[in-house]
Amino acid sequence: MKLVTAIIKPFRLDDVRDALARIGIQGMTVTEVKGFGRQKGHTELYRGAEYVVDFLPKVKLEVAISEELVDQALEAISDAAKTGKIGDGKIFVYGIEQVIRIRTGETGPDAL
Amino acid sequence: MEDILNLRYALDTFYFLVMGAFVMWMAAGFTMLEAGLVRAKNTTEILTKNVALYAIACVMYMLVGYNLMYPGEAVNSFWPGLGFLLGSDHDPASVLSTSGADWYDGTYYSGRSDFFFQVVFVATAMSIVSGAVAERMKLWPFLVFCVVLTGFIYPIQGFWKWGGGFLDGLGFSDFAGSGVVHLTGATAALAGVILVGARKGKYRKDGKINALPGANLPLATLGTFILWMGWFGFNGGSELVVSNVGEANAVAAVFVNTNAAAAGGVVAALLAAKFILGRADLTMVLNGALAGLVAITAEPLTPSPLAATLIGAVGGAIVVLSVLGLDRLKIDDPVGAISVHGTVGIWGLLVVPVTNADAALSSQLIGAGVIFGFVFLASIATWGIIRGIGGLRVTEEDEYRGVDVAECGLEAYPEFTSGTK
Repeated sequence: MKLVTAIIKPFRLDDVRDALARIGIQGMTVTEVKGFGRQKGHTELYRGAEYVVDFLPKVKLEVAISEELVDQALEAISDAAKTGKIGDGKIFVYGIEQVIRIRTGETGPDAL
Repeated sequence: MEDILNLRYALDTFYFLVMGAFVMWMAAGFTMLEAGLVRAKNTTEILTKNVALYAIACVMYMLVGYNLMYPGEAVNSFWPGLGFLLGSDHDPASVLSTSGADWYDGTYYSGRSDFFFQVVFVATAMSIVSGAVAERMKLWPFLVFCVVLTGFIYPIQGFWKWGGGFLDGLGFSDFAGSGVVHLTGATAALAGVILVGARKGKYRKDGKINALPGANLPLATLGTFILWMGWFGFNGGSELVVSNVGEANAVAAVFVNTNAAAAGGVVAALLAAKFILGRADLTMVLNGALAGLVAITAEPLTPSPLAATLIGAVGGAIVVLSVLGLDRLKIDDPVGAISVHGTVGIWGLLVVPVTNADAALSSQLIGAGVIFGFVFLASIATWGIIRGIGGLRVTEEDEYRGVDVAECGLEAYPEFTSGTK
């Protein structure tokens, strides 16, 4: 079981969700985050005082999926989130030790 | 004849009351403007300050302020003498016994309506202070200052001009209060800002100025429009009469000029911000509208509409420069109140002789100087005493948490703020 974490541009979220649904992934968690990689921020001006906005708004998407679907998921997310312009984001893959469905008590791959 | 006199009295009283209600509405304008230009974590405090100062002004002015400003018989032209509470209104029979020819020299409107119109002006002056000291002053010391300004400082300088004191005797001209109201408020604000100090993180040691953007520009804009509309009462009501052809025309001219000056202020601020900063900063444009209004307030009757527009425009340009300049001097004013009401208030006073032949630059300068000097000294002393007793400023930790949580125990936007930033 793997946890796939993707940091993407916020306006790509709907397309990524649809792409994941098409390969059979139904559940995910989404957080609004700020960050930067190589994409620089921009400066704003407020009453004559300049300030740099380094951190850009992004969306963090987390999906717990079974081993077999990981490669498909990575491809689906990449294709849907990509714009070709700087700041498209990154995907991280972590191993999951245990998964539990709270309502039923199912564990392991049955809980995914 | 008696019917006509009854009608005139009723009309002028009604006019005064409605214009007073417009000026009361400016309290909402100031509240929204300030709420929009402070950060979310400091919003509840400024809302509380604005509601409370309005109420305190009404109470103090009724208790002692009104009689200080408009004594029946002043002790001399510098000291009005103390009087308390409001007397009864004019007796209809004695009012109507005035002959028609002398009508406007006598009591031609209700005494209570005069108090009502004046009390909302005190509240306006006091509300200028709350924005300038926002985000780092403790709530209760501010309210204590409020008691002193509305009960004593404002009425005494007001007496010197509108109450028939020595400034009036010198020929100082201030139709609706660029000096008596706006410069007074701004001066009290300046004294407060000097003693409370700048917000943490506003000015860096290397000279760089940090932006601390306001949380709600829609509210700030709404507040500006409310003030703009309320100002028709502020200037329009200050004509004091509407019940004959000449006066009705005068009131109309005042409304038109007030509106024109605000418009001129907006355009000038737009252009000035674009030219100096490269962008049309909305908050500068809002300040520009108010600057135009302050600029025309000393004399909204005699200019032509074109002249009023230009007077307002100069105000709008001045305010942009003043906001930037005060920041350079490390005078931290989150809403630009000192610039809008002080710097431009002085401009408003000094430009009166250009269109009003009864005014002279020398007496305008004296008036501006006296008001500034007296209010500054009285305010610095008051703020200083309050600071000595209990302190003016919240602790550094409370300033970071936000004064809403620290002073008021209540968040303005509980679902959107975490109380820390």
